[in-house]
Amino acid sequence: MASRARPLNLTALALAALLLALVAGPLVAVAARGAGLSLGPADWAAVRFTVMQAVLSALISTLLAIPVARALARRRFPGRGFLITLMGAPFLLPAVVAVIGLLAIFGRAGLLNQTLASLGLPVVPIYGLQGVLLAHVFLNLPLATRMILQGWLAIPAERIRLAGSLGFGPAETFRHLERPMLREVLPGVVLVILIICLTSFAVVLTLGGGPGATTIELAIYQAVRFDFDLSRAAGLAGVQVAICAVAALVAWVVVRPAGFGTGLDRDIQLPAPAGWRREGDILALLAAALFLILPLMAVILRGMPGLADLPASVLPAAGRSIVVALVSACIATATALTLALAVARRPQPTIEAAATLPLATSGLVLGTGLFLIVQPFTSPMSVALPVTILVNTALTLPYLYRILLPEAQALHAGYGRLADSLSLTGRARLRWLILPRLARPLGFGAGVAAALSMGDLGVITLFAGERQATLPLVVQQLTGAYRMEAAASAALVLVSLSFALFWAFDAGGRRASA
Amino acid sequence: MPGAAVLQLDHLILTQGDFRLTANWSARPGQRIAVMGPSGAGKSTLLSAIAGFLAPAEGAVSWQGQDLAATPPGERPVTILFQDQNLFPHLTIAQNLGLGLRPDLKLSPEDRALVEAALARTGLQGLGARRPAQLSGGQASRAALARALLRARPILLLDEPFAALGPALRREMLDLVREVAAETGATVLMVTHDPEDARALGGDIAFIADGVVQPPADAARLLADPPPSLRAYLGPK
Repeated sequence: MASRARPLNLTALALAALLLALVAGPLVAVAARGAGLSLGPADWAAVRFTVMQAVLSALISTLLAIPVARALARRRFPGRGFLITLMGAPFLLPAVVAVIGLLAIFGRAGLLNQTLASLGLPVVPIYGLQGVLLAHVFLNLPLATRMILQGWLAIPAERIRLAGSLGFGPAETFRHLERPMLREVLPGVVLVILIICLTSFAVVLTLGGGPGATTIELAIYQAVRFDFDLSRAAGLAGVQVAICAVAALVAWVVVRPAGFGTGLDRDIQLPAPAGWRREGDILALLAAALFLILPLMAVILRGMPGLADLPASVLPAAGRSIVVALVSACIATATALTLALAVARRPQPTIEAAATLPLATSGLVLGTGLFLIVQPFTSPMSVALPVTILVNTALTLPYLYRILLPEAQALHAGYGRLADSLSLTGRARLRWLILPRLARPLGFGAGVAAALSMGDLGVITLFAGERQATLPLVVQQLTGAYRMEAAASAALVLVSLSFALFWAFDAGGRRASA
Repeated sequence: MPGAAVLQLDHLILTQGDFRLTANWSARPGQRIAVMGPSGAGKSTLLSAIAGFLAPAEGAVSWQGQDLAATPPGERPVTILFQDQNLFPHLTIAQNLGLGLRPDLKLSPEDRALVEAALARTGLQGLGARRPAQLSGGQASRAALARALLRARPILLLDEPFAALGPALRREMLDLVREVAAETGATVLMVTHDPEDARALGGDIAFIADGVVQPPADAARLLADPPPSLRAYLGPK
């Protein structure tokens, strides 16, 4: 191709190099410290449990999400917008907080078991594998739904009109429009959730544990915090990286961006078949809404009373968390956009690798590595917040990149030549083409990044002291101290802030794209 | 320099995989050339190379004696109309036209007046605030031509932008193309399948056969007495 190199590409390469250094540095530190270490049977049990729970969580979440996404795509009803926004909520919900809500519904003294007990039925325990799966599905079903819904909405209006004009029924619509879309979208969804669950920490910390339900992340945490055994932590981190690297590699190979091309922006609706399909859609939406709303309601009800009397540590921690979230979301979004645009113009393996490599790590892995790096020079405590910002940026970037890349490619395929032929370059291209066309995925991606950073409880647990604590850490500390009332209230503050950040970005993106 | 060559395809060789296309001729200012040939002959490939989207494997596309190889598409003396998506759907028609004057859309009152004039000139007065989705196919083509009028580049490339229009509308568009070309003095290269379009363009035909773009020859004379390859393409009368 005769597409000429632009400054944008240099920027993209520089950013990719920085990102590679940020991720590779800690990995080298971990490898140097953990090399030659042999793992015991308990460690291997953790490895097996990590993989099993992640695979099950990903499959269950994705399968359940398909009917919900389809119902949202083809039905119009009051509250639909709210429900879609709500679908962002559990994924934004810091895992510690989600666990508080789930315990209120599914725990020993929760709504479900009280009902079962009053009917004389045996109580269903929440701790162990089933609890971990429940929490992971709760946290990831909405993400899967939104990702699949975006796939549905990305089917061009022209294609839908063509289907309508050919008299397609639901079966033909599925075969020719929906199944190809699902085939493109689903592997990505499964892999993203799999990778999230491979590195899940806070959920397993509360609902798992013990010899039967310990993940590698939890084992790393215990090695650092309880055994002060940095070498074993490094060894475990190495295994974690190997597993995640395999998953990330599969993701890189399997997940192809959907090639639907572009279409004119005409408002058109998907066909909404009547009959049993209508009832099925209603059922899917109701079940999903209840499953999501009840635990959230429980957090609100438990947290409300204590809001007026928050512990003094909550507000400063909230301030720190907001700064961390905004800074890392902005850096991650700008970086991911630059990388995606560069790759859309011309595939570049270096950039793709840089944008995917963080998936092979986790907060605790990078945290362990950075801990090993900074410890000889300065107190880890003194760099807790910058390190958290950097790690959050690196960890949210692959998701942002995955969200933006297909959009950037579609944009390039549809309008790249027209824009080039009009000299629409640099800032003008950003303002008049890229931002308006990509506003929706940019807003969504930035919202996800901000909320993830806001609720992150990973690297901070290794670094922070009293004065660096972020809000999720404060919630965890309050829970650990059995101050459940205060923990629920702090959790409510945390949820509200995460939700507000996500909503602001996502709604902003949707408005800007109109 | 009336009659002097402005656009020169100098021992040009274009390759895409196994596909190979050569051309070695020049076009005069204001010349109107219908580029014809079977599907897959390389009509769009030729226009892509002139517009700067495809680098020559050998030879050069030159403008007034200067090789355009290092000139990016937007800075070439070229306006190109694609088969579709000539307008950005998220911008108004007036903004789409404005891009032809200033890519950053910082339009002065004079610029806006020019946009209005171009709209009026192409029969789109009052439609500047609409989005492309609210226009008919013919109106969208007019808007793209209106932008070509504003850009006033000396080469106008048409890659079958009117293929989806009916015969009457297409004829209307061709008239408009001739007027735009006359007003801007542009050299026109238009891809078409239809000898009637070539005749209506009222100029020459550059026929592509066996990987070679023949030098343009007078359309009326060529169609009246076609050489064998063109005769095979046109089919029995």
